[in-house]
Amino acid sequence: MALDDKKNGEFKVVGTRPNRPDGVDKVTGRARFGADVSAPGMLHAAIVRSPHAHAKILKIDTSRAMASKDVKAVVTRADFAEGLEGDDLNVLENVMAGEKALYDGHAVAAVAATSPLAARDAAKLIDVTYEILPHVTDVDKAMAKDAPVIREGAADKSVPPGLHPNVVRYHESGHGDVEEGFAQADLVIEDSFVTEAAHQGYIEPHACLAQLDADGKGEVWCCTQGHFNVQKICAKLVGTDASQIRVTASEIGGGFGGKTAVFIEPVALALSRKTNRPVKLVMSRAEVFRATGPTASTSMDIKIGMTSDGKITAGQGTFRLQGGAFPGAPMEFTAMCAFAPYNLENVFQVGYDVMSNRPKQAAYRAPGSPMAAFAVESVIDELCSQLGLDPIEVRLMNASKEGTKASYGPRFDRIGLVETLEAAKAHPHYSAPLAEGLGRGVSCGFWFNHGGETAVTLALSEDGTAALSVGTPDIGGSRASMCQMVAEELGIPYEKIRTTVADTATLGYNEVSHGSRVTYASGLAAINASRDAVEKLCGRAAAKWGIDPEAVYWDSGYAKPSGPNAGDFEPLALADITKNMGATGGPIVGHFEATPEGAGVSFATHIVDARVDKETGKTSVERYTVVQDAGKAIHPTYVEGQYQGGAAQGIGWALNEEYIYGEDGRLQNANFLDYRIPVASDLPMIDTVIVEVPNPGHPYGVRGVGETSICPPLAAIANAVSGAAGVRLKQLPMSPPRILEALDVQANG
Amino acid sequence: MQYHSPASFEDAVGIAASADGTTRFLAGGTDVLVQLRADVFTPDVLIDVKNIEGVKDIVCEDGGWRIGAAVSGAEMSENAELARQWPGLVEAMDLIGSTQVQGRATLVGNLCNGSPAADSVPAMFAADVSANITGPNGERRVAVSEIPVGPGKTSLEKGEVITALHIPQRGDNAADAYLRFIPRTEMDIAVVGCAVNLRLDGDTISEARVSLGAVAPKVLLVDEAAQAIIGTSLDENALNALAAAASAACNPINDKRGTIKFRTHVAGVLARRAAKIAYDRVRASK
Repeated sequence: MALDDKKNGEFKVVGTRPNRPDGVDKVTGRARFGADVSAPGMLHAAIVRSPHAHAKILKIDTSRAMASKDVKAVVTRADFAEGLEGDDLNVLENVMAGEKALYDGHAVAAVAATSPLAARDAAKLIDVTYEILPHVTDVDKAMAKDAPVIREGAADKSVPPGLHPNVVRYHESGHGDVEEGFAQADLVIEDSFVTEAAHQGYIEPHACLAQLDADGKGEVWCCTQGHFNVQKICAKLVGTDASQIRVTASEIGGGFGGKTAVFIEPVALALSRKTNRPVKLVMSRAEVFRATGPTASTSMDIKIGMTSDGKITAGQGTFRLQGGAFPGAPMEFTAMCAFAPYNLENVFQVGYDVMSNRPKQAAYRAPGSPMAAFAVESVIDELCSQLGLDPIEVRLMNASKEGTKASYGPRFDRIGLVETLEAAKAHPHYSAPLAEGLGRGVSCGFWFNHGGETAVTLALSEDGTAALSVGTPDIGGSRASMCQMVAEELGIPYEKIRTTVADTATLGYNEVSHGSRVTYASGLAAINASRDAVEKLCGRAAAKWGIDPEAVYWDSGYAKPSGPNAGDFEPLALADITKNMGATGGPIVGHFEATPEGAGVSFATHIVDARVDKETGKTSVERYTVVQDAGKAIHPTYVEGQYQGGAAQGIGWALNEEYIYGEDGRLQNANFLDYRIPVASDLPMIDTVIVEVPNPGHPYGVRGVGETSICPPLAAIANAVSGAAGVRLKQLPMSPPRILEALDVQANG
Repeated sequence: MQYHSPASFEDAVGIAASADGTTRFLAGGTDVLVQLRADVFTPDVLIDVKNIEGVKDIVCEDGGWRIGAAVSGAEMSENAELARQWPGLVEAMDLIGSTQVQGRATLVGNLCNGSPAADSVPAMFAADVSANITGPNGERRVAVSEIPVGPGKTSLEKGEVITALHIPQRGDNAADAYLRFIPRTEMDIAVVGCAVNLRLDGDTISEARVSLGAVAPKVLLVDEAAQAIIGTSLDENALNALAAAASAACNPINDKRGTIKFRTHVAGVLARRAAKIAYDRVRASK
């Protein structure tokens, strides 16, 4: 299905910028988010959380809480399914602690009461007796010999013998001979880098309303990136059949990967089962910080060799990722993305997944990739600087192209890295004179993108309009893009199509909205469902005209006879066919169900100018340009929004965002005052350039765009800041105290 | 929790003095209500002072200014004459929170919250603002610099309430300035704050007050820093001595917002910068 019938320039609707169909509801406050629904007889829940980083749970006494007439039920681990294994057990352990609390904020019990305040107060009356255990929150310390063991036997078979039990997975990949490559280099730089955990910082806390009856039938309304996944996990954790739980996704106030995980829905269901009442559960901001998933934190060693004219002869990286108290830190992605932008003969990378007493990490836009780019692209910048080479020319010289054997194994199909570098080089930003005191940084970034299980339905109405049902929550304007693609195929106006994120009872299984997959996979499905409907429309026209269906074709909203031999008939508009469809064979519905595997990888190049106040260590980002390959931009405004959003979140992660733990293992900054995401006035206008190198795996050439945009910023900003400060920054965030410290070490040793 | 909305400070004092448990006075509520909602602190008795006559008044009095206990930051910023006379104090208050918070937040509230990082408090110390206090034992007037005693703690006795603040007469050839360090551009809390208030005789500094925030358990009035620039025309030597004295006065902590080393260094940097701004303001006004 590669670019079969649509070439650039032939689109009528795709590539335009219509208003988003959910826009009015959102700006008027009518849109319903996770916490916006209520049910008759509803109870409110609150979760009791461990104040300790690591502790054995000796006893949970609920008697004081249950003494209140407002309190209807308490649940603990005993109220969830038994006998789960593997990932299912890990999810349950995270949703409700078993024998041990594994991090500050870990849920140990929950209460349902008649009001939010009653629930909050009751939670304080649940007496938990702990035996405090030694804890560790730092990745390097968690791997050290004497580190406390988070959980015995958690490691899988990939881990070589002799490592600490907290190392639970191991990865290595690459090709060639790096030692030989380093021997060919004129300059080899080896350095170490550290990044702290950053939270996705979505504005809407997790919220749900759930009901579970004694016969195992349940309903869940929740804020999620994937309601089919919520259905699957809830069924396992409360011990019922997946098909008996119907999950509806609310509007979503940001996810960025963090709402692909399940935290509260099984708890609300368990409380509902115990009380026979609907239960609403809404997290506070502090709970979001303490108990949902930030990224992994990292410790990384990079070694790169370069010839004096800029050819990279070898690259080697070691990536240690701490992902909280469970396996799953995305170290293989970090390792695989690290050198992906470059065509290297010799490359080798190693990854370690390390457990510690922190919340279980969750996906955050291109999980694992931004940290890798920070480390690798910092060393490339240093090599360019020491060899006196232009950073874009060096990247162009080494850039991966179609046919390049990727650092992680396969050969690249058609890709657009060179095009983004050429566009960056030609952009006025890159040639603009750099004012005194500013530094300019450049970085490339890479993300795989993903396809995944996808099912859609396109129902045509009697009046000639169309209703598309998708199973992927709209986290970035995808309903607009879906309507555009269907409009393109059916030949009816954008406004005549409504796209709905349907509940789990309506469609086949849909993987969560992650991996930048929605516009690619649900889009591909919407196009194919449209074509399925068109085939049926042509069949109805053929029957009416009494000719062979093969002799009818679809053109701009009309069924037409394919030529003089087919016969001379007046073209039939879509509405002409649908108005009689009940009598001509019944409802016309297009379907598509598949697991598309042609998600094209995506590259970006970012340029940043930054100023550093050397007396205070404060950085200001003065100019920012994102250049990224979108394959084909369906709705350019939302593509640009993704580019700007990735850059904005990257600026926060690079400069000020971090999880800060005290000696006691407790999170010190579980609020937006002290977890410092950028405010609007911290950001420059972020300029965007959409490069379109079509993805052969999508009918229109779409590549996912949501994640690649956060891959280059950490490195690009670090390179700009290092240039402005005159000292290499190797630890994120580059907060003012760290920059002053680096300047002090440089000046005074 | 009980909520009271007395019509006079006399009634407010009566309620507070006889209250069981913990008491909070409610003006703008930008600390009290936030702490309540965040489950940080729930008082047993909440006494709303906003319905007391005169609490929203900004009045010229005795050559200076009386600022009522419920005057918001936005109202201060919009008073052109106040902002002209005391630009440092007004800008310090204006730095607090968002536009919405500015419509509620008050000088008295910022003082009584007892935070060593409160933006308006160093500016009030430098300006030598005093507070009118009413309590069970009558009225008293004390320097604002005597009110904070530690993080979250003030010298106010049970039943005492600040009814208004008094900003002294500005006089000639004088100006103030306030700077804070935050890693962002707004909507943040001071990692270090510094206020400088100067009077010049010709080009020479004849009077100075220097105050630092967020570098000790309470806001500091640093006399050594003031002495370092009195009698000078703020030359480089004076600025260096000022920075050294400011840094020397710091007794900060390492926390999520900054390190001891960082705060100590930046206190000196801000003192230099704030002093220059105040000095230039005096000269520009001539």
